[in-house]
Amino acid sequence: MIESHLSLLIVVLPLLTAPFVAVLPNGRLPWFISMLASWSVFLMAAIQLLNVSNGSVISYELGGWAPPWGIEYRIDSVNALVTLIVAAIAAVTLPYALKSVADEIPSHQHSLFYAAFMLCLTGLLGIAQTGDIFNLFVFLEISSLSSYALISLGRNRQALTASYQYLIMGTIGATFFLIGVGLLYAMTGTLNMADLAQRLPELYNHRTIHTAFAFIMVGFALKLALFPLHLWLPNAYTYAPSVVTIFLAATATKVAVYVMLRVIFSVFGFSFIENTPANELFLLLCVMGIVMMSFYAIYQKDCKRLLAYSSVAQIGYMMLGISFGTALGITATMVHLFNHALMKGALFMAIGAIIYRVGSSRLEHMQGLGKHMPWTFMAIVIGGLSLIGVPGTAGFISKWYLVQAAIEQQHWLVVAVILFGSLLAVIYVWKLVEVMYFKPANEAAIPSVKEAPALLLIPTWILVIANIYFGFATEVTVGTAEQAAKLLLPGAH
Amino acid sequence: MTFATEQLILIAIILPLIAAVLIVLSDKHPNLRETITLVTASLVALTVITLYQRSQSESLSTISLFEVIPGISISFNIEPLGMLFALVSGSLWFVTSVYAIGYMRGHAEKNQTRFYAAFAIAISAALAAAFSANMFTLFLCYEILTVSTYPLVTHAGTAEARRSGRVYLGILLGTSIGFQLLAILITWSVAGTLEFKHGGILEGKLDSAYAGILYALFIFGIGKAAVMPFHKWLPAAMVAPTPVSALLHAVAVVKAGVFTVLKVTIYIFGSDFILSSGASDWLIWFVAVTILLASLIAMTKDNLKARLAYSTISQLSYIVLGALIATEMSLLGGSMHIVMHAFAKITLFFTAGAILVAAHKTEISQMHGLGRAMPVTFTAFTIGSLSIIGLPLFGGMWSKWYLALGTVQAEQWILLAVLLISTLLNIAYLLPVAINAFFSKPTSGEEYSEVKEAPVTMLLAMGFTSLVCIILFFYPDPFYNLAAQAASGK
Repeated sequence: MIESHLSLLIVVLPLLTAPFVAVLPNGRLPWFISMLASWSVFLMAAIQLLNVSNGSVISYELGGWAPPWGIEYRIDSVNALVTLIVAAIAAVTLPYALKSVADEIPSHQHSLFYAAFMLCLTGLLGIAQTGDIFNLFVFLEISSLSSYALISLGRNRQALTASYQYLIMGTIGATFFLIGVGLLYAMTGTLNMADLAQRLPELYNHRTIHTAFAFIMVGFALKLALFPLHLWLPNAYTYAPSVVTIFLAATATKVAVYVMLRVIFSVFGFSFIENTPANELFLLLCVMGIVMMSFYAIYQKDCKRLLAYSSVAQIGYMMLGISFGTALGITATMVHLFNHALMKGALFMAIGAIIYRVGSSRLEHMQGLGKHMPWTFMAIVIGGLSLIGVPGTAGFISKWYLVQAAIEQQHWLVVAVILFGSLLAVIYVWKLVEVMYFKPANEAAIPSVKEAPALLLIPTWILVIANIYFGFATEVTVGTAEQAAKLLLPGAH
Repeated sequence: MTFATEQLILIAIILPLIAAVLIVLSDKHPNLRETITLVTASLVALTVITLYQRSQSESLSTISLFEVIPGISISFNIEPLGMLFALVSGSLWFVTSVYAIGYMRGHAEKNQTRFYAAFAIAISAALAAAFSANMFTLFLCYEILTVSTYPLVTHAGTAEARRSGRVYLGILLGTSIGFQLLAILITWSVAGTLEFKHGGILEGKLDSAYAGILYALFIFGIGKAAVMPFHKWLPAAMVAPTPVSALLHAVAVVKAGVFTVLKVTIYIFGSDFILSSGASDWLIWFVAVTILLASLIAMTKDNLKARLAYSTISQLSYIVLGALIATEMSLLGGSMHIVMHAFAKITLFFTAGAILVAAHKTEISQMHGLGRAMPVTFTAFTIGSLSIIGLPLFGGMWSKWYLALGTVQAEQWILLAVLLISTLLNIAYLLPVAINAFFSKPTSGEEYSEVKEAPVTMLLAMGFTSLVCIILFFYPDPFYNLAAQAASGK
């Protein structure tokens, strides 16, 4: 019974938890309830992935209304994997949240914070689960609005500006998306993605369809912070509370990349994209983004901002796989989607632990912390190695498939850019490592910094170990990604 | 208790890792900590020797741990070249540990726990590299070796150490990700496999016109082989404590580099394919220049460790040269040079560390007359030097002999000349150190009556390795056989 409603429950559970948590008194209870909800969602997402891992597709009709009139949730290995990423990151972030949130957010806002967090989770899960493009917009707004609120809770006043900046950009993005969806609806009379996919081919040459495509692409390029539409991201990541940064960095952009995949391959079909300049444009923007944003990262003085720029560069890697339009490229994108969530999650968690102890994420305040916080330091080293793509880490698997995809296309320039990007990553990661590893200018500045509490360290290390684990065992990541590639590009195999 | 051979391979790799954990746990008890290192090192040496004996008598299979990417697994096996490398690094770990205890305590170094732990991890990675059954596994171990030696290189924690650490990591990670990984990926997409197979996996699958480019990506991508212009990391690494320079930057790390070069030559390309495609035709000149130029630079260095570092760069290129010429004799000579150079150069580094600990001298110009105060040390230095130069009565002769034969076999007369000139340069930069130490008067009226020999553990270590240099002249058989098997594929 529950089994058959799993797809819906995944979204509804956090949605119902949100108002419930909001009316609870401040204290540990809101945290506890949210954590239980996120763990249940994680469990359900894992079962859901198992159910579709053989390549089958689950279709769930909301309220029993048959698609294309009713809203359909359509689960295949593509979105099951994305749902799992979101749910898993939420499940490890929430235990971490207890101490970090208590430290960074005034106690009278705790129940509201967790309510917003649950809404944000709902939105992201909903985007991943739904098979209806207007429903997708609704969830997009739920996740966006709640993340504006979450970001604005940061302890510095800059958080308000950052949140406002994101609000403006995010709203423009969402509006563009909505315009695109409206145009599609006007042309086809349907909002169901599978239905759209069937109706669109005969309209391929229609100018309105091209316009709709352009609006949707720009709208989501804003949401996923594709260079040069990334301007909101560094500030948002830097000034948001640690927990929010962890969660958004590991999930929000991934979900947006998923929507790109879905829209490009499932809804429009790559044969449509090939006749537009879109994929060449993506390729160009990705290449520029990887190189420029990596250089930006090198010169940052705040490590959250450094990692934020690195995220923009990494989004370039994910979009590269899409712009190739090959099975190998999609596999690379999906694998990197998963792995990047792991590495950025681990890194931002470790940085959060430092903020918890030192109260700052600026590099000069991190000097010599390696000795005082050895576990946190090791987490940053391993997470960083994964970000670089050293073999034995998850990041290496991503690089492997990305470069393979580029070699297959004989895109030697892109191959060079990917590898060059890794070398730039060496520089910015090692900048962090050096600051922490070598002795501080004066020991007196940080007299008694202790290792972070276990409640912060354990979630961090779960992700760190996942980074190593998925560097060796790739059945889940690569297996699912290849399955996804088959579904998105039916003719390729 | 007897183990299957496959299990022994894993034991050799895992033992140092367990030791690393135990070393960290016994942080507060230095004696216990050093005991762990010594016991593990001797166990590893025993395991590797047992493996050697088994490998000579029985045929061995590959052990696969798990598949990382469909078609690519982490797997290990024993083949002659890997066995040779494992024998050298496994046995010398014990010797170096004996030496390191004297050095680290005599020199009162800080953070010794971190030092011994990182050392153990590095050895584990070197052994795993030696036993790798495919290029993927080898690359994994290669990178672990790079990262695990970083804390050793920057051990001092000074601004200079930090700078050197940057050069070290920058060049090694840079070349390996920028070139080697790319080469591996191209190999994978062309050949569809990364297994090491005698005769190579590329022939018939890769157009000969591209073979040269791919081979260059490999040679320069293996930064640990220190072919110019990617050699700067090695002198930079000399900022590390001397035992590190001795075992890692004369044996384990650098030999892992040239070992990889030989592996790629013999088992990825195959010597026949290299010769028929002309893949090494122009690369060979980079190597020849490295041999001569590094020797010339060595002459200008007054710091003993820096001189030894440049000497190592030059000597490593001998081995790469052996690979690039790709005749049976040159491959044999190159493989043997891994062993011969290892024992000779580690002896020289041991003496350099002893001079630092006992007399606090690092510059060659200050060592005049020191030989009379430290006769054992400088005798060892002389023996090591003579073996590097390649005179008879010392093991170093054999590898040079076969390398020279290789150039003759290939009718590369210029390269033969390069080898001979380089030998003369070796004499010019190594022997004066010993001669001045024994026969010159101390400069500026310094007296060395206060100076005594280094701690006895250090003397034992250098005595042992210099003895081996001599023994290897009379009895090079085990290493000769392994090298010959690797070169001929039988």
